[in-house]
Amino acid sequence: MFKKVLVANRSAVAARVLRTLDKMGVASIAIYSEADAGAPYLARAGEAHCIGPGPARESYLDGKKIVELARKLGADAIHPGYGFLSENAAFARQVHEAGIAFIGPNARLIDAMGHKTRARELMMGHGMPMNAGSGVLPADEAAVAAAAERIGYPVLVKPAAGGGGIGMIAARDAKQLAAAVTQAQSMAMRGFGNGEVYLERLIERPRHIEIQVLGDRHGRVRHIFERDCSVQRRHQKVIEEATAPGVPREKVTALCERVAEMMAAIGYDNIGTIEMLMGDDGSFSFLEMNTRLQVEHGVTEEVTGIDLVEAQIRSAAGEALDTFLPAAIEPSGHAIQARVYAEDPVRFFPSPGPLKTFRPPRGEGIRVETGYAEGGTVTPNYDPLLAKVIARGATRNEAVARLEAALEAFTIEGLKSNIPALLRILRHEPFRAGAVHTGLLAEAQAT
Amino acid sequence: MAKTEVKSEITGAVWKILVKPGDVVGVDEAVIILESMKMEIPVLAIDGGKVTEILVKEGEAVNEGQTVAIVEV
Repeated sequence: MFKKVLVANRSAVAARVLRTLDKMGVASIAIYSEADAGAPYLARAGEAHCIGPGPARESYLDGKKIVELARKLGADAIHPGYGFLSENAAFARQVHEAGIAFIGPNARLIDAMGHKTRARELMMGHGMPMNAGSGVLPADEAAVAAAAERIGYPVLVKPAAGGGGIGMIAARDAKQLAAAVTQAQSMAMRGFGNGEVYLERLIERPRHIEIQVLGDRHGRVRHIFERDCSVQRRHQKVIEEATAPGVPREKVTALCERVAEMMAAIGYDNIGTIEMLMGDDGSFSFLEMNTRLQVEHGVTEEVTGIDLVEAQIRSAAGEALDTFLPAAIEPSGHAIQARVYAEDPVRFFPSPGPLKTFRPPRGEGIRVETGYAEGGTVTPNYDPLLAKVIARGATRNEAVARLEAALEAFTIEGLKSNIPALLRILRHEPFRAGAVHTGLLAEAQAT
Repeated sequence: MAKTEVKSEITGAVWKILVKPGDVVGVDEAVIILESMKMEIPVLAIDGGKVTEILVKEGEAVNEGQTVAIVEV
């Protein structure tokens, strides 16, 4: 096992990883930017070091500085958390070349999944179900139109180097296509420094269902069931649950098993999530793979009892999966998470500011992950996540009721939070009935 | 001629200035794009008219309610 791990992240996920390191008896190093000085997550670490000014590119995204610090302090592993450098293959290589373990998959696999059309080609070759799509679009407009015709409208124009739902534009007919491609290319260039875009058949009102996998350095991969993350705003997740409501268990379990076999075939060797869309006909298609711990990993932990961060660390340290995972994993009960954001609950505009009052809820079956405390300040430098509130129950109804009560009790003053929007969706009849899809939040807002 | 103030609805930093003094903007046209919490949020002109002043620089921090430009209607 590692002796000392540097956590290359901040706030809620840094606190989460530090908690598990502490439980495992592994020494820890936290890093922080000047904007995060004094943040409560730092107190959980054995030592904490400032790595630069507030803007992320001068601190949490400065891989060179982070690796140098890790080497200087004698860390033998780096945990990247999620976001920032977690899916940066060059960073993973830098870490490795410094003689430090990267707690994540092999850089080759990060690379393979980071480019969407290459990931599609790779997974298609292993039998992954997939909707029709194109390769990276050429400059020739006639060829682009022909590709769209072949796929069939409506199509979605997507950045090849992107992710996180940024820069996707729908085209419903040939007339809309050229403008959608131009706009998506410009957004892709700005967002990812790579203007490549491709087409996928648009699935209307899909459900977002994703499969948690864990691989080891010995060629073994297991799945840890699925999550439903259909409730989204701007293509970003807001509510996540395990297991997926209303999908026949044998069907989703069979899919999870097939996906784990495919991941073993490509040599996947750490934690990862395969995101899929489910159409209203019940068919699944590959969306993308995230080669890191997921923001919503906690709901899987709550229904399986597995500490996914510990499992990820043990796998990266070379332990064989079957030595630390139970022989049989069965989900039990239901867990649901709401992401509490510092944002306006109607238009979802960012709302940084001081946390004059910040009192996370407590209660039976309630778990809160946060990197903030009362008296702290939420700056505009980073993402708006204030806290993740996770509720567990014997049934989905019980978990939803507990989450609703917890969010009602969550007191935040000094900035705007999306709690009113979260409560609106939890009380929305189609959501209660489990009839979720990616357009549901917008529908609930409109009622 | 009436002067109207273009105000930021959020706290963030100026990412891009889209117009310069002398430019004519329409109603709800973006004048400036702010960056906050990993999102890009445009600041829109409430009234159309001629831009007479830009009160911020790229990279500068702005507060909610701060005037970022003046438009002459």
